[in-house]
Amino acid sequence: MNDDCFMYGNDHQVQVLQAMKTMELYADLMETAQKEVNKSNFKLTDLQTSIELMFNDKGRNGTLKNAIYKYICIHAAKHSEVPIDHLKDPISYVFKAQQSWEKKIMKSLNSMCTELNVPLARQRTEKEQKEFSQMWTALGADGPDFSQIRPVYAPKDFLEVVTSLNNVNYRSANNNGFNLWGIIQIPLKNRTMDELRIQFNEMSINQWQSGMDDEQDIFQEIFHDDRIKLGQKVIASKLAPLACEFTKKGSSISLRGDLWCQMLGIKIDDVDVLYYEKLKSNVLQHELLIDNLLYKDVKLTATNDDHYFVFEDFLYQVLLPFSRDTVVLRNLLENSTATPARSFIRGKVGMEHFEVYYPPSGVIPFHGFAMYVSPLCYLYKEPIKLYYVFRELYMCYFFRLHVLSTDPQGILSLSQLFETLLQTHEAELFYHLKSVNCQPLKIAFKWLMRAFSGFLASDQVLILWDRILAFNSLEILSVLAVAIFTFRKTNLMKVQTYSAAEGVLADLTTLQVLPLIQLSLFCK
Amino acid sequence: MAKLRYACDQDKSVLMNNFEARGWIQVNPEDDFNFYWANVQNIRNIFSIESGYRLSDDQFINHFPNHMELTRKDLMVKNIKRYRKDLEKEGSPLAEKDENGRFVHLDFIPQTFMLPSDYNLFVEEFRKNPNTTWIMKPCGKARGIGIFLVNKLSQLKKWSRDGKTNVFTPPTAKETYVISKYIDNPLLIGGKKFDLRLYVLVTSFKPLKCYMYKLGFCRFCTVKYNANVNELDNMFVHLTNVSIQKQGEDYNSIHGGKWTVQNLRLFLEGTRGKEIADKLFDEINWLTVHSLKAVSGCISNDRHCFECYGYDIIIDDNLKPWLIEVNASPSLTATTSSDRIMKYKLISDVINIVIPPGELPDVRWSRIPAKENLGSFDILYDEELAQADILTQEIKSRVGQATGTRGARDSKRTTSTWK
Repeated sequence: MNDDCFMYGNDHQVQVLQAMKTMELYADLMETAQKEVNKSNFKLTDLQTSIELMFNDKGRNGTLKNAIYKYICIHAAKHSEVPIDHLKDPISYVFKAQQSWEKKIMKSLNSMCTELNVPLARQRTEKEQKEFSQMWTALGADGPDFSQIRPVYAPKDFLEVVTSLNNVNYRSANNNGFNLWGIIQIPLKNRTMDELRIQFNEMSINQWQSGMDDEQDIFQEIFHDDRIKLGQKVIASKLAPLACEFTKKGSSISLRGDLWCQMLGIKIDDVDVLYYEKLKSNVLQHELLIDNLLYKDVKLTATNDDHYFVFEDFLYQVLLPFSRDTVVLRNLLENSTATPARSFIRGKVGMEHFEVYYPPSGVIPFHGFAMYVSPLCYLYKEPIKLYYVFRELYMCYFFRLHVLSTDPQGILSLSQLFETLLQTHEAELFYHLKSVNCQPLKIAFKWLMRAFSGFLASDQVLILWDRILAFNSLEILSVLAVAIFTFRKTNLMKVQTYSAAEGVLADLTTLQVLPLIQLSLFCK
Repeated sequence: MAKLRYACDQDKSVLMNNFEARGWIQVNPEDDFNFYWANVQNIRNIFSIESGYRLSDDQFINHFPNHMELTRKDLMVKNIKRYRKDLEKEGSPLAEKDENGRFVHLDFIPQTFMLPSDYNLFVEEFRKNPNTTWIMKPCGKARGIGIFLVNKLSQLKKWSRDGKTNVFTPPTAKETYVISKYIDNPLLIGGKKFDLRLYVLVTSFKPLKCYMYKLGFCRFCTVKYNANVNELDNMFVHLTNVSIQKQGEDYNSIHGGKWTVQNLRLFLEGTRGKEIADKLFDEINWLTVHSLKAVSGCISNDRHCFECYGYDIIIDDNLKPWLIEVNASPSLTATTSSDRIMKYKLISDVINIVIPPGELPDVRWSRIPAKENLGSFDILYDEELAQADILTQEIKSRVGQATGTRGARDSKRTTSTWK
């Protein structure tokens, strides 16, 4: 653990220390240290040893380690000298494309306001607040009329933006871009299959995997029971990196909830409960147009999904407060290329002082957004825990799936990784599909953008997300997408139209994630 | 090999598609068939004394002659009560009772009385706990028809006046009702009540051979559950029957309020832990086996018969499963596309167990299907294999025999059962 820290050199250490100072943990530690010093039997000469001793106390040491680990996981790629604007994205045409995309979304949001004659935000009357608060756990029952509301954008629209990107600084001899068959034509460095093999080494065939090998009767006792015992030890340790190492080979269903919290550094305390209540009261006080979009999205996706319809009401209890959470906004501003939309308080247009981010979280949901939350309902039955796990997952991973950036974990890189892997390892299939005018990414893009939620069976989505958290990487999504094409290759080779190909890949609920990933990563 | 000749008296696509996919030849029920999928009325005719019909060795049929012993609400209760009493007389450890006089291991149906015959017993019980809700169900009806909830004796008196039930003429099955303690603390998921529909295949009652289908489902109410007395008349809150829920305005035709049992298990294991989920599903298997054992003595074990029952089970908020009723003809109408796939597979798997693939029906078959023919069925209990197991165990050691109920319960769960 400490070695990790030294690996990044002095500069990084300073950065970590700076960041630590803003954390609650820092204040806690400071307070304990001061108490220690103020004890009557304290000798100045022992300062260092006694403080060190205090830090070595098991619980405190673990929390500190987890905090540093998490910081490194999220901020690994940053250099402190780079100016903040450049940090957004070093490639300016990608950054500009993101900005113009955001403008477009805001425009269509505004035009919806005009069309339906509803404001972006509105204060609820006292009576409405009371009614809404009584309905809080049953918001799905009698919602307002959503027939007029339509999702602002769907994966299909975003794919258009993604594919229209091209590098203005690049000119090739044959005017054909790169020697790529796909529709992503920008120079990004992707990992090769060999590199992925090393990265996902723990998933290889000679290792036993939870969620696959434990389903065979013979392994039940020797493997599954051992895994559970080991998993319980890992949970008892409370250390995030340990949980990651363990989960690389999968978590068992009953331990998953705890392991994910451990990996994401979530411990719900009174402050968290209070903060959620505050968000909830914000929802009660003000109605946002975004709420309708979220309602509509749940109604269009989870409510109709035979895996998730029972959780409909939980989804509102997570999504509505989420749209008011400025922690999400801060994270987007600091760690992504996104420049959330801004609006003015009514009657104060143009006055900088009255400019606010809209919605407060900075996230305008797209068609399918609710599916980022739905699978989590299988792990946490308390809305508060559900909320924080979702928020953390969003801030660590999911925002990358609908924001343009050159981040190796971003949707651009993942799309291109999918295309290059498919071109390299299933050349015949790719060529056939391309020749019948069916670009594979057109089908796979929605899978990637939703992290497969709503496409795979619920248990399989969780097994897949286990690996995203454990390896701290979204690249597994591209690998799985390639694996699915490989798996259905025989049928895909026969199709002559785009809709036929779509038909072959329409139902993924029967697929088993792990054998497929192993097939494409380790069997060639 | 001669092609199998089948008859079917109902136009259900999940049935017909299965028969056609196997290349079977359709014949009239009056003709020489090998396999007859019949409704319960036609079964009654076939087995009635007047018809004098005799099935030959290569003829199979999808119901047992007197399946009513299990599938009529009042008879099932009667048989289970008798089964418990018999076990108690034998001094079986299974019939252990707790300090309140309730069976520890066999308390799996809600307390039930027949009406009008047990009226006085019911009143006595009602007066002990006047604030409980009871559910009235006509014995001979299905799909939630004629069901209502009562919490006052006056409601019952009104019902008996309205029905003009004459005390002096014995009531027919249609007029008999069962009244059961209403499970008013059901397990809620997303605030809604649900019950389980599980499919259980029986190929023989003596020795008992039964199979549990893995792809059962939960049926959800569309409206939030509310135990409030004022909502007693709102059947969308209380009854999970698809035929009732379908009429509600919130009914969703894409999933039809159906959630797979696998998802239920994933949810329970994820939110409450493996041990609790395992215990629940063990108890469900346990109650299924004992409900079948309770009738194995009185159902005539015709070698031409097999039957696929629809078990309705409600789980309460202590995660205890309660057997509500058993259906002889679980609906084969598909409400959604995944429903159709599941039911098609159900019938296919049933046929594969009953008639080993590539063979003609033969009543002398071993009734021990090959593992690869089980499909999505799990062996729930096979008395023949279990006895063989016990014999081998006895040879190994005679110690484990008298270790009390739990021990007895465990010893049954060898390879011949679901575990």
